[in-house]
Amino acid sequence: MADPVIRVEGLRTQFGTNVVHDGLDLELRRGEVLGVVGGSGTGKSVLLRTIAGLLTPAAGRIEVLGTDIRAGRQEALAGLRRRMGVMFQDGALFSSLTVRENVEVPLRSVPGLDPAVREALARLKISMSGLPWNAGDKLPSELSGGMRKRAGLARALALDPEIVFLDEPTAGLDPIGAAAFDALIRELSRTLGLSVFLVTHDLDTLYAVCDRVAVLAEKRVLVTGKVEDMVKVDHPWVREYFLGPRARAAQGKAPAAEKAR
Amino acid sequence: MPTTETVSEGRIETKAEGTAFRVGLTGRLSVRDVMAVRAALAQTPDGQDCRVDLSGADWIDTSIAWAIEGRRRQVAGKGARLDVVGASDKAGQLLRTVAEAMPRPEAVIARPTTVAGLLEAAGRRVAAALATLAETLGTLGLFLARLARSVIHLREFRLTSLVHHCEDVGLRAVPIVALMAFLIGVVLAFQGATQLRQFGAEVFVVDLIAISVLRELGVLLTAIIVAGRTASAYTAAVGSMKMREEIDAMRTLGIDPAAALIVPRVLALVLMLPILTLIANLAGLFGGALMSWIELGISPAMFRTRLIDGTDVSHVLVGLSKAPVFAAVIGIIGCQAGMRVRGTAESLGRMTSSAVVAAIFAVIVIDAVFSIFYAEIGV
Repeated sequence: MADPVIRVEGLRTQFGTNVVHDGLDLELRRGEVLGVVGGSGTGKSVLLRTIAGLLTPAAGRIEVLGTDIRAGRQEALAGLRRRMGVMFQDGALFSSLTVRENVEVPLRSVPGLDPAVREALARLKISMSGLPWNAGDKLPSELSGGMRKRAGLARALALDPEIVFLDEPTAGLDPIGAAAFDALIRELSRTLGLSVFLVTHDLDTLYAVCDRVAVLAEKRVLVTGKVEDMVKVDHPWVREYFLGPRARAAQGKAPAAEKAR
Repeated sequence: MPTTETVSEGRIETKAEGTAFRVGLTGRLSVRDVMAVRAALAQTPDGQDCRVDLSGADWIDTSIAWAIEGRRRQVAGKGARLDVVGASDKAGQLLRTVAEAMPRPEAVIARPTTVAGLLEAAGRRVAAALATLAETLGTLGLFLARLARSVIHLREFRLTSLVHHCEDVGLRAVPIVALMAFLIGVVLAFQGATQLRQFGAEVFVVDLIAISVLRELGVLLTAIIVAGRTASAYTAAVGSMKMREEIDAMRTLGIDPAAALIVPRVLALVLMLPILTLIANLAGLFGGALMSWIELGISPAMFRTRLIDGTDVSHVLVGLSKAPVFAAVIGIIGCQAGMRVRGTAESLGRMTSSAVVAAIFAVIVIDAVFSIFYAEIGV
């Protein structure tokens, strides 16, 4: 459990003169689900994109699976990419491909894979994400928002990554769909042994899914720890967030969700 | 016969053990090795039991679990068994998850291609094309109705928007249009000179340039450039608003999309294309005069005299009379295509390119109709 798959030290990101992160430290341990929360504009998605290698930080050290992604060579980074999967907020599926073809895209990088096997594996990933068979032949525009997110997850999981980044997985879903998606993340992270980096606003998700929570504020990670311990933190934003009316409602639901599992 | 195959981070061993066939997997096996694992599992003779030994496997991924589970179902279909032994907790759980998630194919209704089917498809295309034409005419009618309405209710007219679009489609297009027309004038003078010199009729190159540029080429090429430049911009702008539900939002706020989006855009084109045509005419004549001077020694003064004597002003009017019609057609087709964008980015791209093609095609067809019309009435 102590073995970290992602270690971020002294990260500084800025756009022009606008500093988003300054001296940010964070650790994602193997097999855990880490929830990253923070107010709008605190750079949660920016942090995700930086660790996933989509943005270059101004300073700091990011180590993913033991490789420093800023110092690593191109081939090493390409190999690393395959061990990470990213699910974007609205799925970010290629709109001209069907869902199955979308899931096949990462599988195409595997040498010597038979097209029939590739298709069958894509079908398996689609099914594991809780989508029906015929969803695989549809275009992303023909799916509902929740199904698109599931398809995005199926694509992120196509190569059996060790680390999965989820950007607001339950945003825009109805409570039933959101709870089902929470359960799916929980189950897949357990059975596939995934380490999950989860950016969210959703308190229900924090209580239902996350092993640990990291709170982003004041350009750094203010505090990390179990979600139950967050109520003890003495910081105005954290108190507001974890002791507000919505938080109490989510807390009340948490034991029920625990039992349902 | 026992075999051992070494793959990237592991080993696959196959061996016949008594009545069962043993497949041993060792090391870390991932999707890169799935073909090899499948091949090894497929070696099980028909009707014989298969034992998959995972005791040496450190890690397997879902694709390997899928291969084992798929083979288990095949073997079970032939009345034999496939057992997995020595699986770690994680691997066992993975195998169970994959077994639960194994997709069940659903019947897909395939339609056979028959003559009737082909005819039906052709019929649908024709009907769709006619519907698009009718819709475009509908947009034209809507534009005229809203235009008339804004003449009556002048206060509702969007002057700022009109001026903005005039700048965009008019002013910003001046350099490219002028350059294009200048080069056309140069080419005409050059080509005309080589041909007419054979007859000693060099001076008629002035008539050639003047009539072809003023009557046809100036307006036609300007319209084609504007069709490529502006029709696509209109489709992209209106289409992306449609994609992001901005047009629906306008409707709920009581703003008429036709009055707010279509009228200023099309009107801006109708006002600007004649001006652009005039600029193109001037640039074309200038290019022609320059080339005539260099190539044939026709001085600018002589060019001017010959131009005024030999070319009737009706040619200019014939050319300019087409410009507003072309402009309206280009604008309507561009906006109409934008309104037809549906949901996806791909549809936006498709509509943009089809708008440009349709606008250029329409411009050329209408130009042909104008030529016949003016020839019949003898202008």
